[in-house]
Amino acid sequence: MSKIFQHLVSSAVPVPIENIDTDQIIPARFLKATTRDGFGENLFRDWRFEADNTPKADFVLNNPIYSGKILVAGKNFGCGSSREHAAWAIADYGFKVVVSSFFADIFKNNALNNFILPVQVSEDFLDKIFKAIENDPKAAIEVDLENQFIKINATGEQEKFDINPYKKTCLLNGYDDIDYLLSLRSEIETYEASRPFNF
Amino acid sequence: MGKTLFDKIWDGHIVMSKPGYPDAVYINTHFIHEVTSPQAFDGLRKRDIPVFRPGKTRATADHNVPTMDQHLPIKEALSRHQVEMLTKNTAEFGVELYGLGHPYQGIVHVIGPELGITLPGMTIVCGDSHTSTHGAFGAVAFGIGTSEVEQVLATQCILQYKPKRMKIEVNGTLKNGVLSKDIILYIISKISASGATGYFVEYAGEAIRSLSMEARMTICNMSIEMGARGGMIAPDETTFAYIKGREFAPQGEAWDKALAFWQTLYSDADAQFDVVLNFDAADIEPQITYGTNPGMGMGITQHIPALSQLDEKEVPSFKKSLDYMDLQPGAPLLGKKIDYVFIGSCTNSRIEDLRLVADFVKGKQKAEDVVVWIVPGSKQVEAQAKAEGIDKVLMEAGFQLREPGCSACLGMNEDKVPAGMYCISTSNRNFEGRQGPNARTFLASPLTAAAAAITGRVTDVRELV
Repeated sequence: MSKIFQHLVSSAVPVPIENIDTDQIIPARFLKATTRDGFGENLFRDWRFEADNTPKADFVLNNPIYSGKILVAGKNFGCGSSREHAAWAIADYGFKVVVSSFFADIFKNNALNNFILPVQVSEDFLDKIFKAIENDPKAAIEVDLENQFIKINATGEQEKFDINPYKKTCLLNGYDDIDYLLSLRSEIETYEASRPFNF
Repeated sequence: MGKTLFDKIWDGHIVMSKPGYPDAVYINTHFIHEVTSPQAFDGLRKRDIPVFRPGKTRATADHNVPTMDQHLPIKEALSRHQVEMLTKNTAEFGVELYGLGHPYQGIVHVIGPELGITLPGMTIVCGDSHTSTHGAFGAVAFGIGTSEVEQVLATQCILQYKPKRMKIEVNGTLKNGVLSKDIILYIISKISASGATGYFVEYAGEAIRSLSMEARMTICNMSIEMGARGGMIAPDETTFAYIKGREFAPQGEAWDKALAFWQTLYSDADAQFDVVLNFDAADIEPQITYGTNPGMGMGITQHIPALSQLDEKEVPSFKKSLDYMDLQPGAPLLGKKIDYVFIGSCTNSRIEDLRLVADFVKGKQKAEDVVVWIVPGSKQVEAQAKAEGIDKVLMEAGFQLREPGCSACLGMNEDKVPAGMYCISTSNRNFEGRQGPNARTFLASPLTAAAAAITGRVTDVRELV
């Protein structure tokens, strides 16, 4: 897992479905591993494969026309279970960015903690990206974290996106939350000593 | 200006708050289970650090355990390995484990409250989105990912941006046959599966106040199904009476001191919420879902929406969902034949749920071609059910009473609904494949599920009581 994200130009893989929950991203029966590796092969398992493991030809990940490091999905992406395995599966498959018009909270945190950038765009801009990919499956999309914009290179259309400054710093530099929290040790102990209750 | 209950607790747990950074929030109780913790313990090993406050984390095995023959070794190798890793990790890092065979074992969100570990005013996290259940006690409780589990193990703190606040008031009186599960399914159907994303919800109003603790837990449990970071209910006499005398609850002087604090845990009259929603309990029928997210629900006598009732943009996802369910837009669900009934999960597997079901089915027989699984939430619930003779009533009705675990809620163990089959389930998610590949789920209350078990069809329980 690369611990840095700064800038990317890539074609994108479209999954224009709303409310994609983490059970679709990685079904529960694949959560039995005790490491973070290898979840990519089961990403979107039941949309991607028949029960007998033959690929479903109509699913986008099985269509060689589409490839790239950007996943573009309908609104409310990543709802449901808190399983971080969903973020691991997306990262392990090779995606660096997920674009949607709306993300579920826990998924967003999990993605950021795995150096995957969730880019939230307007409904309009999401439609434009889907159209750009429809016109040209290899359409290049540029994502610039430092300047917080996403751009459809063919048309030059772009939109700014939000990210909180702390997480931006983490991604640009490869810092993680535990490094920061461990640096607060004495503040944590001071807080504990100030608590009126033992719980 | 006054403060909301959520703000009182959150603000009281801030270790560090500085501009541009998320808050470092102190966590009072951390629950872990076998599925989302192994990678977090590995992270500690890689950094060569211990669990910072091992006494504040409790572990159980629930997601991936069989619900038959729990006294025997787990047959499936990967599941066995995962449960063994939990045993190894908790032993190595000094965390208390209520594993298989322990009298306290059970679904993590059932055992915390029943053991008196879950208390008002606490911050509680767990690597499971249904951690919101504990909010029923007036705690700030929410689900986290495994990287965050590692943060809490390492520092007893978590980095979080403070969510916005939403109040959902339900006033009026519930109709007969309508349970707390129906209240929350109704709310989610009205505001959608993402209607509360970014918010922490406080449930209030007389219809909520009148509920038992177990019924309140069902409501808070499903907060995540509308996207909320968590859900909570201010503690009151019902809460205090439930906690008193439980295994790990404060006692004697400590109880008096705690109680005095808990009595300050309410939203002040002039507290500001970012959003306030109001519902009338009298409008709520027994609910059922028809689609593949919990927001796709309706009153049991209603019809699935017709395509003409939808926003054009919603149509493709809606059609995909109904195709999966093999249902038609505009059709009713009443009378629809079902194959499986699952009564269990952190939403509805507590003793009150089993009592309700037993009272209803006493002297009745399940429909011949329906498989009925009853999975108690914990060893303690199971023992209580046996002590009350509930086990006999259920077995005489033809139901299978299994051993505690998450079971067919997520189909991680062998309790899977076969492809193409319809299951009426008291759990919390009707996602595609949730209960097994190509399984089809109707979410409903324990009473509605029990009614379907008897008739073999989607049934309005009010016609049978």
